[in-house]
Amino acid sequence: MSEGTVSGAALRILAAGPGVTIQDAGRHGLLRFGVTGAGPMDPLAFALANKVAQVPDGSAALEISMGGVELEAVDAAITLAIAGGNFRVTLDGQAMPSAARLTLEPGSKLSIKAGEEGAWCYLAPCGRIDIPAQLGSLSTHTRSGIGGLQGRALAAGDVLPLAEPKVLPGGAMEIEAPVLKRPGDVIRVLLGPQDDYFNDAEIAAFLNGPWTVSVRSDRMAYFLDGTPLTHAGGFNIVSDGIAHGGIQVPGEGFPVVLMGDRQPTGGYPKIATIIGVDLGRMAQLRPGSVFRFASVSLEEAVAARRAEAAEVVSGWALAPLVRTSLSSEFLLGCRLVDGWVDALAED
Amino acid sequence: MSKPLIEGAIYDAPRFLNSGETALVVEFGRSVEPEISDRVLSLDAAMTALKLPGVRETVPTYRSLMIHYDPLVIDRATLIAQVEEIASRPGTAGGPASRWVLPCCYDPEYGEDVGEIARMTGLSEEKVVSLHSGATFRVYMYGFAPGFCYLGGLPPELAVSRRTRPRPPHPPNMTLIGGGLAIVTTFSMPTGWWLMGRTPERMFSPQREKAFLVAVGDELKFEPVDRDTFLSLDARAAAGEVVARREALS
Repeated sequence: MSEGTVSGAALRILAAGPGVTIQDAGRHGLLRFGVTGAGPMDPLAFALANKVAQVPDGSAALEISMGGVELEAVDAAITLAIAGGNFRVTLDGQAMPSAARLTLEPGSKLSIKAGEEGAWCYLAPCGRIDIPAQLGSLSTHTRSGIGGLQGRALAAGDVLPLAEPKVLPGGAMEIEAPVLKRPGDVIRVLLGPQDDYFNDAEIAAFLNGPWTVSVRSDRMAYFLDGTPLTHAGGFNIVSDGIAHGGIQVPGEGFPVVLMGDRQPTGGYPKIATIIGVDLGRMAQLRPGSVFRFASVSLEEAVAARRAEAAEVVSGWALAPLVRTSLSSEFLLGCRLVDGWVDALAED
Repeated sequence: MSKPLIEGAIYDAPRFLNSGETALVVEFGRSVEPEISDRVLSLDAAMTALKLPGVRETVPTYRSLMIHYDPLVIDRATLIAQVEEIASRPGTAGGPASRWVLPCCYDPEYGEDVGEIARMTGLSEEKVVSLHSGATFRVYMYGFAPGFCYLGGLPPELAVSRRTRPRPPHPPNMTLIGGGLAIVTTFSMPTGWWLMGRTPERMFSPQREKAFLVAVGDELKFEPVDRDTFLSLDARAAAGEVVARREALS
């Protein structure tokens, strides 16, 4: 296989559990009209997958839910980057690292299923998912039926045309990215905007939890179970804007974390907002996960964001799966994926 | 963070609240008042015109403007300084630009809850409809779902509480009331509000050149139509025609 552009390529979905969607960086500029931003649940894993696939930041990728997906390449080989959620990745039945870059040849089958932990995985093609944008974005928002393929989750039989598909040299590689190894036991927040609807004891109770992610959770919101919070006064506010990671506390006192598919505005007090770099940590928690919150300052939140942005650019490396004493020049010219698969086939 | 002020008060100076490190809430008050909304829309227009690097988008609501920004491009202090500079100028909001007259069918088939609203308020069904269709509403914000318009100006006699338990999804393009406010909806959604009537107009139509019909700050009225008129207008609206009437306001 050589690096270069081929044509007529596509990805065909062979099987998809519920909640597998196309997401790009989100739909921007229309929150003011009630249009949900959508976009990736784990922005870090999404950004990393695109970097590794060598496509522009924010390019559309597949967001794979715990339902998992099986797919194949149609007509042409394509390199794909996979990152996030420690999913089980297999190529024609052979186990691959959960964060990997590999090339999918026509006739091969790639399977990505939930592993022991983690809730969302991203598959970024080295090429462009060639479907029309709706309201400026490919991001799927199933509740309003906007974006992706007919505004819905992907299903078996769907074919995603790929423009400018490429095969990158080097064969199958593991993505070594320390930034992906994020414990989810403590989620950092910035208090507000309506923390003044709670007294100090309730703020402390909110932070200390512990909270358990409810089974009702989805792309719109993660519902939390635990000891309910009490509002100092009323719990109806005049609706205002909701940021990604905003934590509403409705009347019954159980916090609700508003995620990618959140409504742009809402009428319950928001006690705190998850900081940007912990949105992915929160998203990767499965129903039943237990965690607590920690309050940080605006300066800490911005510093963490700056550090993570640098990690996405240069905090990762690709490691070949085949270890040999051959020179890297030789390896770059090899059909490493085929060689690796063939070697196992002969066993 | 400062203490909450008295409900209904318009603040002397805006409050700045963090919604994480990427959104700043500029709050002008805590209630639904045209004067608060004017300040929100005035700041929104100025921020939109300013095109500050790092400001991603702004979201006007009843009583505040949410400014989504990239803190690695513009820091909070710089952003607040800009907002304070704008807020110190005289307001630029010149009142509503347009008044929209939306046909609305209040027949029981569409205005499913008119009878229940009459029972709750002690008014006759005719009075409920005439109060609603006689009112001049103001579009305060969009929210919840694409094209859902949040209105103020509901006559106080119709200020019924919201449902204690949300009802199953309503048909599209409904006008609802609840908690002293009104909405015009687009998509079929579960709701805690009461179904007043149905308009043939589409507040959101992605195929239309102007996907969102009205501007925040516009006035809006409902004009009763019978079932046959509704069905005929609904067919025209489905084909892409705007069936609401727009009146320019000075």
